[in-house]
Amino acid sequence: MSFSAYLLLLLGMGAVTYLPRLLPLLLLSQRQLPRWLVDWLELIPVAILAALLAPSLLIDSHSNSFNLLRPEFWVAVPTFLFAIRSRSLGGTVLVGMGLFWLAEKLL
Amino acid sequence: MTSTQYNQTHEGRSGVLRDGLNAAWPICLGYFPIGMALGVLGQQAGLGPAWIGLMSVLVFAGSAQFIAVAMLDGGASATAIILTTLVVNFRHFLMSSALAIPLRGVRRGFLILFAYGITDESFGVNMTRFRAGNWDRWRALVVHHAANSTWILATILGSLVGSLIPPGAFGIDFALPGMFIALLVLQLHGRAYVFTGILAAGLAVIWKLLIPGDSYIVGAAILAATGGYLVRRRVRRQREAKG
Repeated sequence: MSFSAYLLLLLGMGAVTYLPRLLPLLLLSQRQLPRWLVDWLELIPVAILAALLAPSLLIDSHSNSFNLLRPEFWVAVPTFLFAIRSRSLGGTVLVGMGLFWLAEKLL
Repeated sequence: MTSTQYNQTHEGRSGVLRDGLNAAWPICLGYFPIGMALGVLGQQAGLGPAWIGLMSVLVFAGSAQFIAVAMLDGGASATAIILTTLVVNFRHFLMSSALAIPLRGVRRGFLILFAYGITDESFGVNMTRFRAGNWDRWRALVVHHAANSTWILATILGSLVGSLIPPGAFGIDFALPGMFIALLVLQLHGRAYVFTGILAAGLAVIWKLLIPGDSYIVGAAILAATGGYLVRRRVRRQREAKG
């Protein structure tokens, strides 16, 4: 692939990445939103975070199959409990990493 | 408290930088091994350090970049790669919409710069901080650019020297899942949020098993937020009816 063809590809990829990030912010931030939309958008962060996280813990991405025995899932359970008790972002990251490291060593 | 007020009541620029970096370090920690892995894969697909670095600058989107490198290696057309990128990154449309609430009334020039750095990780961190109240747009912007710089650097480094971090070292592969777990917990502000989270988790797993690809993220998030919204509205109306 020539450099100019590659650059063109990147500009295309960049545009379709950037515009979905920009347009809602640009359009919605400049006006008073109806109450129901604000209420709905308030639930979007928790919904997206859960939708991103759960499959990564419970689904084996190579075979696309449900698997309760993944170390990711079993490490996530105590990590969750730690997060609920501590409410610490950095602490949870470090505890999760430590437990995952142990799990990989032991299993 | 609005974002501009917080900025003025807090100690100047170094405070902004420090708070932003304090919030960003788990993202950077998680990005580093993933960025290096992308650099290594890019090298194997014939994309040198400058090429992969340029991709990270122009297309700051981890998972889409992995897919693009694999597609380039497999000889896919530019159109196919661009369309795939659009589909994979469409979830940021929802995140950008949600960010419009804490960033209401902010001038367009700032938003044009800010939008570039919206990723799953920065979104989670910034929304959680905005909600807690002690956050403003400048601190959020520091998070974006700290994460972005780490990503660009890591992909170039991976391309130059291969991955310095052996796979699985120190459990670093769990840095981002661990961060998402903490962010999820910090988002649970009441029953409606817990309900929405459980619904989204269940729907996402089922959706992904039935429909391979990435549509599960946007699909499950929209359905779950709508479900949570309807339940909350119903409970509210029942309370009002009871007086």
